[in-house]
Amino acid sequence: MNRKVGIVSMGYHGFSPVTPDLSFRELVYTAASKAYAKAGITPGDVDMFICAAEDLCEGYSISDEYCNDQLGAVLKPVHTVTGEYLQAIANAAMIIQSGLGKIVVVESHSKASNIKNMDAVHSFGMDPVFNRSLRVTPHFAAGLEMSRYLTETKTSEEHCARIVVKNRANALSNPSAGHGAVLSVSDVLASDPVAWPVSRLSIAPRSDGCIVAVLAEESIARSLASDPIWILGTGWATESSTLENRAWGEPVSVDIAAQMAYKEAGISVPSQQIDLFEVDDTYSFKELQALEGLRVVGRGQAMHALDEGRLGPDGDLPTNVSGGSLGVGHLLEATGGQKLLELFLQLSYQAGERQIPDVQVGLAQAWRGVPTTTSAVVIVGNE
Amino acid sequence: MGYRKVACVGAGITKFVRRAKETGRELAWEAAKMALDNAGMTLADIDCVVIGSAPDAFDGVHMKGEYLADGSGGFCKPVMRHFVGGGTGVFSPIHGWQHIASGKFETCLVVTEEKMSSCFPAPAGAFLTIFDHTTEQPLGPTLIWIFALEMNRYMQRYGLTEADIAKVSVQNKLNAIDHPAAQLGAKITVKDVLNSEVLAWPVKRLDISPASDGAAAIVLTSEHKARRITDKPVWVSGVGWCLDTAYWATRDLYYPQYVEKAARMAYEMAGIREPDKEIHIAEPYDPFDYKMLHHMEGLLLCKRGEAARLVADGVTARNGRLPCCPSGGALGVGNPIAATGLMKIIELFLQLRGEAGKRQVPGDPRIGVAQAWGDLMQVGTVVVMSR
Repeated sequence: MNRKVGIVSMGYHGFSPVTPDLSFRELVYTAASKAYAKAGITPGDVDMFICAAEDLCEGYSISDEYCNDQLGAVLKPVHTVTGEYLQAIANAAMIIQSGLGKIVVVESHSKASNIKNMDAVHSFGMDPVFNRSLRVTPHFAAGLEMSRYLTETKTSEEHCARIVVKNRANALSNPSAGHGAVLSVSDVLASDPVAWPVSRLSIAPRSDGCIVAVLAEESIARSLASDPIWILGTGWATESSTLENRAWGEPVSVDIAAQMAYKEAGISVPSQQIDLFEVDDTYSFKELQALEGLRVVGRGQAMHALDEGRLGPDGDLPTNVSGGSLGVGHLLEATGGQKLLELFLQLSYQAGERQIPDVQVGLAQAWRGVPTTTSAVVIVGNE
Repeated sequence: MGYRKVACVGAGITKFVRRAKETGRELAWEAAKMALDNAGMTLADIDCVVIGSAPDAFDGVHMKGEYLADGSGGFCKPVMRHFVGGGTGVFSPIHGWQHIASGKFETCLVVTEEKMSSCFPAPAGAFLTIFDHTTEQPLGPTLIWIFALEMNRYMQRYGLTEADIAKVSVQNKLNAIDHPAAQLGAKITVKDVLNSEVLAWPVKRLDISPASDGAAAIVLTSEHKARRITDKPVWVSGVGWCLDTAYWATRDLYYPQYVEKAARMAYEMAGIREPDKEIHIAEPYDPFDYKMLHHMEGLLLCKRGEAARLVADGVTARNGRLPCCPSGGALGVGNPIAATGLMKIIELFLQLRGEAGKRQVPGDPRIGVAQAWGDLMQVGTVVVMSR
């Protein structure tokens, strides 16, 4: 049952705030073509395909209809996971571990620039009976959550602002990132208040893009790539979608997902056994909260790790070296794909000027955004 | 290739109705609780949850899987939702199978839900945006129009009449009288079908399944768990799924090639070489009466163009040689999309355990196949179950 699963190649296109030159189909075709070419395969060699998408972001009802043509996956086993890219990766790994498929492709894309009013889309995620009638906006819910987190852990707004400064600066070293910038803490704190303590610059802006990964069981992975990246562990969990039922300050779903992945990967001391982290930063505070949920640092300790410079590219816990969602741009359900892509590039030493030396194990974590409490974790290694 | 064995050990289903007073979450809870009770298990015994539900537009909730997670028993558990349009319900046990066959989990609660009545004034409105926004939406097509094209093509190809096809509706609605969850069980005649209102020729009102609210759930487990839970496990012995191009106008609609490919995948895994002889009971997807015939052929249960004759000869009746839709199908039990697919899986579960009551088919059935279909006449999902 313990078949090893490798990531043979990843193809991507993006990530920029608008892509007027490409339709979503063309985005997918571009990314998929690159992934297949790098793996030296054709889509005919692939056993199964998984897409991660949500109808309301696609602008189609039953949007899974449109996921296969541009992947070359016509008359193939294809299904959609209405979830995070990292959940789809976990699904692909399960298919390979079951023995049903040997090569599985995972795709997700963002054409967020086509969405006129994203807040309205998110509002449709609220419980229609109990929550939607309160006209709670997504950022307001995030504000409540951030406020609770700051109170419980005594973390300051300045710490959160410094996450923004760090990630957007990191993005300047990532040619794919759409939102690199040199900002100051006061720029972030002085940006327009959206729902206190959430300010405009503490929210990840959105980008368009597509990410396609080719996964394969061990022997095929070794034949297709000289140095495949191995999936060591996956985990995902949902707490409660109802606003009334959740632990607002605590990253419960991150914790459950992480423990599941650690168990599979045989990791007991994440801060020592994992070399780099790409974690959720849809809102600035989320990065700090996630590191605590992942038990990389203790509860309320993430701000100290930041103070000590441990989260920077030169620190011992490099976090969101790619620029994260704050610097690259949030990619809807493909967000976790960008995080995994960064690990793939780093672990195969293709990360260019932002390359971290001596990396062996990386962890990607993503959250599905307001109003969900769903997180997913994927741990990968290059040995 | 040996796969880890996966068994179905419990099932639950709500009544299918036109307009449920319960919220989608409550429907999901009801079905999930019934399935757990049926298996003699509690939520503490469940390792993971998979959720099947068709478009968010029905319930009017973005990220519907997140919304349904609490009600489906997913609180603080690994939850994943899958989605292949109308084919979702039969993909649900396939997704559950993947979770357990991987070795990662021992038990999985599979929950499907659809609340179409929230889509006001008519659930058909949710289908207006399923078409390509550039080439098709400007023409203003509806779902029934494109199925009318497909039905007409099927009739033309084999010289079938509307009366030949109406017999399916008559059979399935009659079967549904014995299903406690059924919405539209009825004794009707071919004449009733032919005289019902024409919606888009040749599709008439009684050729179509109703819009419904409902939920269904099953519990899947690994072999060693199953042996401890029940002495009558039903095995998920074959799974297959296949998605054809979205450019449906480029295909010849008389035959569902994608269903055949999905079926061959499932049959190969289940070791079935002659499906027409080895399968004892079938639940092909029947949202329209011609679709049951179409799918019987795609499932290789008969030669192409012969399905209508089998229905006319009584072969597909509950006491026939190859009972098809003994549950009453989508035409009779109702069609809350994803829950309908799982209703068909549950029918196989009950029939193979000999627990289908008044619906029990004679002859001690041991192998059954269920199938669902959806998207733009494009996806086939197939599960073979055996005792």
